Amino acid sequence: MADATTQQSSRSRDLDKLLLRPGHLVGPAFEPGTELRDDLQKYVRILVVGAGGLGCELLKDLALSGFKNLEVIDMDRIEVSNLNRQFLFRLEDVGKPKAEVAAKRVMERVSGVNIVPHFCRIEDKELEFYSEFSIIVLGLDSIEARSYINAVACGFLEYDSNDNPQEQTMKPMVDGGTEGFKGHARVILPGMTPCFECTIWLFPPQVKFPLCTLAETPRTAAHCIEYAHLIKWDEVHSGKSFDPDNPEHMQWVYLEAAKRAELFGIPGVTYSLTQGVVKNIIPAIASTNAIISAACALETLKIASGCSKTLSNYLTYNGVEGLHTKVTEFVKDKDCLVCGPGILIELDTSVTLKMFIDLVEDHPKLLVSGASVTHRGKNLYMQAPPVLEEMTRSNLSLPLFELMDKFPKGVVHVTGTAGKGDNRQSCLRKLRVAFKGVDGITDTDMAGGA
Amino acid sequence: MRDFYVLQSDRYTGIMIKLFKVKEKQRELAENSNGKPPVKKQSAGELRLHKDISELNLPKTCSISFPNGKDDLMNFEVTIRPDDGYYLGGTFTFTFQISSIYPHEAPKVKCKTKVYHPNIDLDGNVCLNILREDWKPVLNINTIIYGLYHLFTEPNHEDPLNREAAAVLRDNPKMFESNVRRAMAGGYVGQTFFTRCI
Repeated sequence: MADATTQQSSRSRDLDKLLLRPGHLVGPAFEPGTELRDDLQKYVRILVVGAGGLGCELLKDLALSGFKNLEVIDMDRIEVSNLNRQFLFRLEDVGKPKAEVAAKRVMERVSGVNIVPHFCRIEDKELEFYSEFSIIVLGLDSIEARSYINAVACGFLEYDSNDNPQEQTMKPMVDGGTEGFKGHARVILPGMTPCFECTIWLFPPQVKFPLCTLAETPRTAAHCIEYAHLIKWDEVHSGKSFDPDNPEHMQWVYLEAAKRAELFGIPGVTYSLTQGVVKNIIPAIASTNAIISAACALETLKIASGCSKTLSNYLTYNGVEGLHTKVTEFVKDKDCLVCGPGILIELDTSVTLKMFIDLVEDHPKLLVSGASVTHRGKNLYMQAPPVLEEMTRSNLSLPLFELMDKFPKGVVHVTGTAGKGDNRQSCLRKLRVAFKGVDGITDTDMAGGA
Repeated sequence: MRDFYVLQSDRYTGIMIKLFKVKEKQRELAENSNGKPPVKKQSAGELRLHKDISELNLPKTCSISFPNGKDDLMNFEVTIRPDDGYYLGGTFTFTFQISSIYPHEAPKVKCKTKVYHPNIDLDGNVCLNILREDWKPVLNINTIIYGLYHLFTEPNHEDPLNREAAAVLRDNPKMFESNVRRAMAGGYVGQTFFTRCI
């Protein structure tokens, strides 16, 4: 018994320095003490998205930071090439789902932590699944996946009638990313700090070679590989699509690329380069993952506990030559279609789509004429092209309330031209529509949760 | 009720744990009572595409169709009927596949109609700079359609994807013209059979 207590206190010794003592960098609502430490363990639920290089580090770091309720989601299985840095995996694990093995290994090593694995695609989960977590931590390697989770998390955010974000609907995210010796860690508090979509321009466009260069004048090993991948594959396998995760497909592309390289006298085509070019892989460095993950885990602890100000809001790390690290405070795009408040419009349930479109044209904050309207992936009305106009025209006479499946409120997006005279330009706007006199729309309903 | 909050992120520091606590307690109480229907997530790419499509301004020679209906804009087809040049009278259909991170990534465009063309290969790959190396997020679907149309009025032998066709265009435009005619009418050019597209 005494042993266990000593062990417990020695394990949380460093954490206690942050959680049990006051400080001058703490948040205004920070209340140090053992209750805070216990609450963090009991009430905070964290989702780690990705169980790869960053994900393994994150699970370990979060578990050792005292969080007890963790879940992890990843669709991949373990490959031999993961083993050098994804340290939770062993040779005998190859072929098993990453999420399951990672969860099991961390639970074996860190007593008291519970990790629930989800071996599936992030899109397979209902939105409800994501809403259950206090904080979502991202260890991903693709823009698409980040953009998806960001849209889901920002989708929970609600604004009050003064366009202020309601903090009890805010789903904080901590995003890590690495490429070789470079990495980033960022804190996204939807509605407060820029979301992923506000700053998507940060990502450089992918280099794409002209197809005719690949077909006619290859000069590099990468040209030969892309030729085999993009042109030769279709020529030989008519109709069968290339699967980058199928080793046989990859081997085929490698052999074709090698043949082509020989034909043109180009050196350097290897199997690993083929994988690198086709899957756009940059060699991962274990230490970069460890550093970025540590930053992310600390930010997660800071958000949850208030033991210090959070990073504001984007840390870059570069270890290519010496070491450079910097925090940049990016600003929110106030018109962001994903995290912004949009413009609040209150309507009667009897307002038809046609009336709504007219209203949008006259609304002083919008002045959008010729609006096309979309709601949750359903195109309610399209001004153009004629084929879509025809398919959506019959909606014009229907009440918007019905077209929005009788929800008391919801987000619609409109496209059209804004401005007057020479200043006219096309625009895309987010609108928060609330129907008057329908139960459950008032702000007090939301405030009731807090 | 909470409007007094100054909207700076450090003002929130320390609040989250209290919110999580409340939420978790509510969750325990509200077990089994979720009545919300699943909601489809609309990606930022879809929204931008919605804008592109609703602003399409196509020439008479081009038309667009949506095989999966009005709610799937991410996959569509564009048909071009050139009114000038070698390909006058032909009908050529292209498939467009749009990614969820459009316009960060260019649409994937393929030519469905088998065509004898220096810049389009027999598998439908298209050599158009704005589809690959010169794509920029400020470009849009309209730009691409005009670019494709341009390929038919001014095929060029300098960016060949179909090397034989490019060589014929360069060395013997008369023969190129008759090859195009023969292919469009449905027939063989060399060893390759083309289905009629007039």
